Amino acid sequence: MTSSQLAMARLNTGERALALLGGEATDANLRRYLHGIPGIDAVGLEQRAADLGSRSVKTSSKKWALDKIISLIDLTTLEGADTPGKVRSLVGKALTPDPGDPACPRVAAVCVYGDLVPIAVEALGSAHAAGTDTGVNVAAVATAFPSGRASLAVKLADVGDAVAGGADEIDMVIDRGAFLSGRFGQVYDEIVAVKEACKRADGSFAHLKVILETGELNTYDNVRRASWLAILAGGDFIKTSTGKMVPAATLPVTLSMLEVVRDWKRLTGARVGVKPAGGIRTSKDAIKYVVTVAETVGEEWLTPSLFRFGASSLLNDVLMQRQKMTTGHYSGPDYVTID
Amino acid sequence: MTFLDYAPAPESQAVLHLRPDYGLFINGDFVPGRGVPFQTINPATEKPIAMIAHANTADVDTAVAAARRAYDRTWSKLSGSDRGKYLFRIARLVQERARELAVAETLDNGKPIKESRDVDVPLVAAWFFYYAGWADKLDHAGVGPTPSSRGVAAQVIPWNFPLLMLAWKIAPALAAGNTVVLKPAETTSLTALLFAEILQQADLPAGVVNIVTGGRETGQALVGHPDVNLVAFTGSTGAGRAIARSVAGTDKKVILELGGKAANIVFDDAPIDQAVEGIVNGIFFNQGHVCCAGSRLLVQESIHDEVIDRLKQRLSTLRLGDPLDKNTDIGAINSADQLRRIRELTAIGEQEGGERWSPACVLPDSGFWFAPTIFTNVSTSHRIAREEVFGPVLSVLTFRTPAEAIAKANNTPYGLSAGIWTEKGSRILAVADKLRAGVIWANTFNRFDPASPFGGYKESGYGREGGRHGLASYLKPAAGRSAARTVATAPAESSPELDAKAPVSRKKAAK
Repeated sequence: MTSSQLAMARLNTGERALALLGGEATDANLRRYLHGIPGIDAVGLEQRAADLGSRSVKTSSKKWALDKIISLIDLTTLEGADTPGKVRSLVGKALTPDPGDPACPRVAAVCVYGDLVPIAVEALGSAHAAGTDTGVNVAAVATAFPSGRASLAVKLADVGDAVAGGADEIDMVIDRGAFLSGRFGQVYDEIVAVKEACKRADGSFAHLKVILETGELNTYDNVRRASWLAILAGGDFIKTSTGKMVPAATLPVTLSMLEVVRDWKRLTGARVGVKPAGGIRTSKDAIKYVVTVAETVGEEWLTPSLFRFGASSLLNDVLMQRQKMTTGHYSGPDYVTID
Repeated sequence: MTFLDYAPAPESQAVLHLRPDYGLFINGDFVPGRGVPFQTINPATEKPIAMIAHANTADVDTAVAAARRAYDRTWSKLSGSDRGKYLFRIARLVQERARELAVAETLDNGKPIKESRDVDVPLVAAWFFYYAGWADKLDHAGVGPTPSSRGVAAQVIPWNFPLLMLAWKIAPALAAGNTVVLKPAETTSLTALLFAEILQQADLPAGVVNIVTGGRETGQALVGHPDVNLVAFTGSTGAGRAIARSVAGTDKKVILELGGKAANIVFDDAPIDQAVEGIVNGIFFNQGHVCCAGSRLLVQESIHDEVIDRLKQRLSTLRLGDPLDKNTDIGAINSADQLRRIRELTAIGEQEGGERWSPACVLPDSGFWFAPTIFTNVSTSHRIAREEVFGPVLSVLTFRTPAEAIAKANNTPYGLSAGIWTEKGSRILAVADKLRAGVIWANTFNRFDPASPFGGYKESGYGREGGRHGLASYLKPAAGRSAARTVATAPAESSPELDAKAPVSRKKAAK
């Protein structure tokens, strides 16, 4: 660590933001800071993402990448039609992704709506990681997901419920309306409040993932600013999308967020996670993300505490590819389980 | 082993069916050369690939005579749309055999397969498609109605983009109705000979394109041949000067694309991550064997340390090694001679006080290799800031104001290209307007398109290739149209620096 990083490391989140912003997190101070960050040239960013996507990951590297991808998945079900039965089935899949291969790793977490958190925790039983890296964590979407259009009180109650139910991780949405109209202070304060609501009775915190819904932010410059904003406010993870709108995660958007995380580490020495979510359905796509992480922030980021895939159908494609690598031939959708 | 040591992913050579030896391509057939054949080697391994025929003066005579005959009897008599059909056919065949051409180019040149596959060969096809479309529209090329072709074109090309430079030369020449004798570089003849096979497949009339392989004296015999009407050369400024001297006093039209020492200017409001990519792409693309390479980084003093820091981090992820591996970013230096020159100039750079840095990288035991290198603490008086290294070597200089950036960028005998990095659009326009360089990229670097003219100021040569301007170089106004009319509107011929940005076609028309 450099001396400036060490100085940053001694501060808590609020003090650090105060030091970086040169004052309170007001709209004006935040605007000055966020607009002072170097811009993004869209053509160049997309070109770089395409280059990274053209890496050829074969044989032993591919095998490693497929297992790694499984261990980074937040296996997700976020439907109005979700039932306790569906969640139990999802948990089963999370614990035993491939019944035919006990060596197959487990996923990082299951991601459900807040009211189903207790069901997931119960179904996991002793395999509940509860914030550790051994076992499967439970993540809950909250704060009036996916639109975020509710009062702060409702959002905080939503978070409190999920945490009380045993959620290890909270996936919140930012108020995109406030962000787009320049009310950065409001977005900041909300994230700070949600973070506080993640506090458990014993003083520990549920991990906070901040969903930017990059499809609604529209420009890469906005994505970058929202990323900095979320990290300044204390988010543990920045996440691309709710998965409820198109476009969801794209490689250029994820690359730009990884660059923010890399720069944050340069500045403060602290590590923040990134979660692309929505739209990543094939092993081939997921491998591009793994390459992008490794070449942008380094391989140390390829761990569940710093990188996740938010996905549902991705897992089965990875399993089919994995079987193909083992047996030498493609099986088919009937040889992997549906959850 | 870590994930980033990606498992080997070599491109298969199975698509390639090379012959053990290649003759000269004259009058539609491969014929033996009368000089002593020479070996072409793989610069990444120094292993021989094939024997190449050596054309002597008599061979060059035969080739020029074949081109003249084809011009008189066939090609100049074909309609534009018929010439276009051949060019379209060539373009499609290049696409069909793209994989094969890419593998051959990488073997013979040493460039990474991802570049030959994704840049060189697609651009070759694009160039033929583009000029195929022009063949029946010459009235709109800017030299007046019903322009005529020039005759036999002598074309000499370099080793850095062997097939692409061939396309830049042959496509407009044929579209305009000329016939061609082309000499590839001595170390990279292979793909030109595969291209000759494509011409046979395309059934191009015999003699329209002839390819003579050999060394410097072959090239001299070709450009000095009394029966060629046009000389087009891409290569070093020294060789270009010799050519200009040898054709002085003749009525040969000359197009020269020579060296460069491009400034890549990064302002403090640049999109910094993309600028770093652009710096890398500017100087490490094709091992820096690019005449328009951004070999001088001019970075605003206030962001110097941050840019260099990020640049070093980025360079640490570059992968140097087997050019046929799909994950290789930096391939081999094309020849022992070139490697010697790069080593010599970088040693001088150190002696002059430049601070040298390269990422940790293991160079293969055999073959010609040079690690990507940056020099900081370079001043404008250092030789590495003035001379073209033509290798993966970046010199970093700083500036304080836009005026200083412009002055430093222009302070070179060359003037081929330049890059500007800033988020401020008005600054791009204001700075570009004052840079004396033929091609200026804004927030990007080393982008090529057949529709865009390319060429230099000062010692970077004269004439333009690509686009309508590149076509006009191969045309002359219809007989009877007096030059006087066009001279009146053309800028003064005596100041090539001033008029290089004016439509080149008008200059051509004046000749």
